Amino acid sequence: MTTLWQSLLIALRALRVNKMRALLTMLGIIIGIAAVIAMVAIGAGASKMISDQISSIGSNLLLVLPGSVTSGGMRSGSGGTQTLTYDDARAIKAECPSVAAVAPNVRGAGQVVYGNQNWSTVVYGVTPEMVDVRDWTIVAGRNITQSDVDGATKNCLIGQTVADNLFGGTDPIGKIIRIKKIPFTVVGLLGRKGQSPQGQDQDDVIYVPLRTAQRKLLGSQFPNVVGSIMVQAKDAEVLDKAEEEVKELLNQRHRIGPNREVDYTIRNLSELLAVTEQSSKVMSILLGSVASISLVVGGIGIMNIMLVSVTERTREIGIRIAIGAKRRDILLQFLTEAVLLTTCGGVIGMLLGIIGARLVAGLVGWPTLISVNTIVIAFAFSAGVGVFFGFYPARKAASLNPIDALRYE
Amino acid sequence: MDEVVRLIDVVKIYSMGEERVEAMKGVSFTVRRGEFVSIMGASGSGKSTCMNILGCLDVPTRGSYFLDGVNVGELSADALAEVRNRKLGFVFQGFNLLARTTARQNVELPLVYAQIPAAERKVRALEALEKVGLAGREGHYSNQLSGGQQQRVAIARALVNRPSIILADEPTGNLDSRTSIEIMSIFQELNRQGITIIMVTHEPDVAAFTGRHIIFRDGRIISDEPYLAKTAVPPAEVQQ
Repeated sequence: MTTLWQSLLIALRALRVNKMRALLTMLGIIIGIAAVIAMVAIGAGASKMISDQISSIGSNLLLVLPGSVTSGGMRSGSGGTQTLTYDDARAIKAECPSVAAVAPNVRGAGQVVYGNQNWSTVVYGVTPEMVDVRDWTIVAGRNITQSDVDGATKNCLIGQTVADNLFGGTDPIGKIIRIKKIPFTVVGLLGRKGQSPQGQDQDDVIYVPLRTAQRKLLGSQFPNVVGSIMVQAKDAEVLDKAEEEVKELLNQRHRIGPNREVDYTIRNLSELLAVTEQSSKVMSILLGSVASISLVVGGIGIMNIMLVSVTERTREIGIRIAIGAKRRDILLQFLTEAVLLTTCGGVIGMLLGIIGARLVAGLVGWPTLISVNTIVIAFAFSAGVGVFFGFYPARKAASLNPIDALRYE
Repeated sequence: MDEVVRLIDVVKIYSMGEERVEAMKGVSFTVRRGEFVSIMGASGSGKSTCMNILGCLDVPTRGSYFLDGVNVGELSADALAEVRNRKLGFVFQGFNLLARTTARQNVELPLVYAQIPAAERKVRALEALEKVGLAGREGHYSNQLSGGQQQRVAIARALVNRPSIILADEPTGNLDSRTSIEIMSIFQELNRQGITIIMVTHEPDVAAFTGRHIIFRDGRIISDEPYLAKTAVPPAEVQQ
């Protein structure tokens, strides 16, 4: 039996003789693999972008919102009432063991002025935990502190968009800005987050201490009320448990019984992630099946050409058998040739796929993600196509009758 | 005992659908080491079938074939391949060299299947090419060689594994008479060096170079006698 190396040399020689045909034969595999690589790269890049956006909200989060309430036969929508309080938030933090952090907040819009610049933005009253819960970074200055909250100080954190519009590149820390005509000192600058999954600019934001917002900016009648509470679970596993605990605690605190409507809602933000993951999985399966169809078509092309090649080289096969080649030498020779064709096609396809993905990414502005896994799988797959579709022609070659083969014209 | 080939009552029947063709109807003969035998007969006489069986490309339907004392009929396909590789050398009418392959690579082919290392293959191939008078042509591709040269490459390929027998099937059938004589002289020379040669031919002129004529008709041997080269043209005379 010849070694694999010998069959490889023979196969290389055979392919060199018919360069154009080899290339055309490979084309199916090239296109198939290039399509797989490009699609997987773009798909993975896109889904990474989306999941990055989603995790930019913060991870393992529950959002507790005030519920609807019926008054005089009219039901308000959710968030229509003011049933959640700062005390609820503190109770959740204190009594729910699966909860890592709680960030109660109130929200309002306001016109902000610095010097001769002004900008309309969203102002949140928050506690220091907000920064951790939402995974913000503070790129300059400091976070607001609990004493800022307790003392209702006029300090604030500003997002990048606000900083750009008010300060246009100069250092905002320590500067006084006016929010709804009330002067605030900028103590910290938030890092850039980009768009939310809904397309909102998350950097267009100002954070002020919760108490300050409640008393001075929003002028609420009920100074203890908060607009929503963000609850961060200790990790992804206990997220559902945390939801249960919060629900139980709030039912107790709000005296929700059989004949009293629930006056809050809890949204699990990880569901959003799951939905996105699901849709990107469906997308991947779809792309994968399109690509594998083209690989199968490519494989059939390989089989076709290998059959032609076996017929063309019948005499050569006869000579080799007469001279002492065993069946499996012939089998190995043609199988090697088919696998060489497909793996060469696979490598070329991979390169084209990577280039194509980069090109598309450049045009559309999506990131691409080419993992080692994808490359290994694509390579193995192209070799597998070679073995699968090369086997029949190779077996046909190996089972030729040498007497007839030698006589073949 | 220096018997290389012993055929005992070999029968070969081909069945093509309904039709049964009895190509060999009980053929027995022996060949001793160092003989130069020609097998002759009209087409359809069974001489080619006999050659295929001698070449281990086909097995007898009945009867037995001993090659170097081994009953070939009992061997597996792989073992037969090995016998072809180590004990037999083939020379065909149509040369049957691999296209787009150099003379040396063609000669090396049996050694490749015998798993001889590359360095030794090269030495032995060059040696065999020298024996057939093609020293210096080892780099030529088969299509760059004349018919006679191609047949010499084929003879070198048959020689290179130091086989027990060289089987030649109409080796001069595609050559003009002058080249035929050259090729036959090479065979004679190899025979003088002790190599056993069995050749199929239908040309008496060519058979005249051999030492024994076996004549087939209708699947049987009708004549088997030593041949004394009284009518053969001495090679030296022709080459002028």
